[in-house]
Amino acid sequence: MARRNYVSIVKTETLKSTGIAPKLRDPGFWGDNAAVIGLIVIGAIFSMLTPYFLTWANISDLLVSASILLVLATAQQFAIVTGGIDLSIAGNLPWAAVVFGLAYNGGLGMGVSIIAAILAGTLVGAVNGLVIAKLKVNDFIATLGMLGVMNGVALIVSDGQSFSVNSHFLQALALGSIGPVRYFYLIALLIAAGAHLVFTHTAFGTHVLATGGNREAARNMGIPVSRMRIAVYIIDGALVGLAAVLLVARTGGSDPSLQTSELLTSIASVVLGGSSLFGGRAAVVGTVAGALVLTTLLNGFTLLQVSEFYQPIAVGIVVIAAAVLSRLQR
Amino acid sequence: MTPVLDIRDVRKSFGAVEALRGAELLCPAGEVTALVGDNGAGKSTLIRCITGVHAPDSGSISFRGEAVAFSSPTDARARGIETVYQDLALIEDLAVWQNMYLNRELTRGFGPFRWLERRRMIDETQTRLGRLLVNMPPVRAKVRRLSGGQRQSIAIGRAASWGSSLVIMDEPTAALGLRERGAVETLIGNLRGEGIAQLIISHDLEQVMRISDSIWVMRGGRTIANWRTKDVDRTRIVAAIAGGTV
Ligand SMILES: Nc1ncnc2c1ncn2[C@@H]1O[C@H](COP(=O)(O)OP(=O)(O)O)[C@@H](O)[C@H]1O
Ligand SMILES: [Mg+2]
Repeated sequence: MARRNYVSIVKTETLKSTGIAPKLRDPGFWGDNAAVIGLIVIGAIFSMLTPYFLTWANISDLLVSASILLVLATAQQFAIVTGGIDLSIAGNLPWAAVVFGLAYNGGLGMGVSIIAAILAGTLVGAVNGLVIAKLKVNDFIATLGMLGVMNGVALIVSDGQSFSVNSHFLQALALGSIGPVRYFYLIALLIAAGAHLVFTHTAFGTHVLATGGNREAARNMGIPVSRMRIAVYIIDGALVGLAAVLLVARTGGSDPSLQTSELLTSIASVVLGGSSLFGGRAAVVGTVAGALVLTTLLNGFTLLQVSEFYQPIAVGIVVIAAAVLSRLQR
Repeated sequence: MTPVLDIRDVRKSFGAVEALRGAELLCPAGEVTALVGDNGAGKSTLIRCITGVHAPDSGSISFRGEAVAFSSPTDARARGIETVYQDLALIEDLAVWQNMYLNRELTRGFGPFRWLERRRMIDETQTRLGRLLVNMPPVRAKVRRLSGGQRQSIAIGRAASWGSSLVIMDEPTAALGLRERGAVETLIGNLRGEGIAQLIISHDLEQVMRISDSIWVMRGGRTIANWRTKDVDRTRIVAAIAGGTV
């Protein structure tokens, strides 16, 4: 019955066969999977150059160093899917880390401190969302402003002092593992998997995609577009709070003047992964691959003892190359 | 039988502009009603009065025999009046089935993260649209990959599917090629068979003659003529639109 309907008007492109060969000839395939393909290519090159690259020890290290970026990239993904962007990550991250440090060193206990850090991040996300959706400030400007505000707030709250956080729990979090699987990237991968399921298997995720894909149409279909935009920034902020906990676990302390390169790399991971900056497309698997590509580049360069001065150049070139490839997207 | 939509002497002014000065219209169930008229005749304003975008200044709008005054298109939709606007309200990066069920998702569980029943929605989209559409695209295909006619059909099929009793279309085939237009007209014919009332604005008189059951002409904010389509010819319609003798 259904078959019989595929007559006359159906364009040949919608009937494309599902084999691998036609896919490889389709430029859209390369555009959609730029990050995964890049990861394979870069991995292959490094493993030819140094046998150590493909050992489990190195891969495990690599995943650990990718973990925080992965959580931040997932946070960024939520903003980008609605056609927004979150520049405040680089201010929210040290702020949430400072809140975490102050709470724990103030004797609040680990569980409460972790919740405080996540709430601190969530609060910043909520303000972003409200300013963007209710005050109708452009995402870029709103979060750029918030970046400055939160950098300052983090310095004021901590009196500009960095401090260490000593906790067995955090040490175990940073160094422990279940068998060969380290907690650190297990958490990051679970977060990414959760985000993927939200976008593919929930009504909420569908409405977020619709909001980013065509705001007017989404509104016409009765989706509360403003609420969706606030919600994604809240989720984004909560994830940044979680990333702050991981950051403190990894570095053993919090530094209010911390300048991370992870704002740019978080955006780069999402773009590399094939999500459109115009919104409407969530490629979480691609984002994971994107974060891994960027981390792998740094890891391989370190193994090969390439001067670290070359690293930002390589990252920059990879991002631009990915953007060029993404023009082939379907 | 009570018509699905019955409009009498509707008036609407925007400041000094009298956009509607006595509009009349009847849309019976299972019929295609065509609304024609020159640019500025008041067709779009009348539709906006029906769907709750504007509130008429006076006159009556009855839906299924009951006087109504919708305060928004969402209101009208809740009562089974769907409008297919020119931009179609489809999300290009979502699949056909996701668009079909947009904001009407079948889910399990509760709260904001209700789990989608993908299988059921895919199957039901296949049956619901498959019944109506001649050019049924694969339900899992993203709308981005569909042709203009397929998109139009999905938008109309979606509007018709949700228990609607009235589907309003503003220029449904204006942007389409010949064959695609044929597919959309077939769909309109299928909806007529389902007993749905359809109100179609079209500038294409050949098409109006082909697909409609009755024709209503507006000029200067007034309904000035209506016929059963089988009782009229093109020349008389053109004359009425242009303002010659009716
Ligand atoms: N929102 C509005 N404000 C002011 N004038 C309007 C508005 N909408 C329509 N009009 C006027 O009402 C008249 C009828 O317009 P419209 O309903 O769009 O005609 P049609 O759809 O038949 O071309 C025109 O003179 C138009 O300029
Ligand atoms: Mg009009």
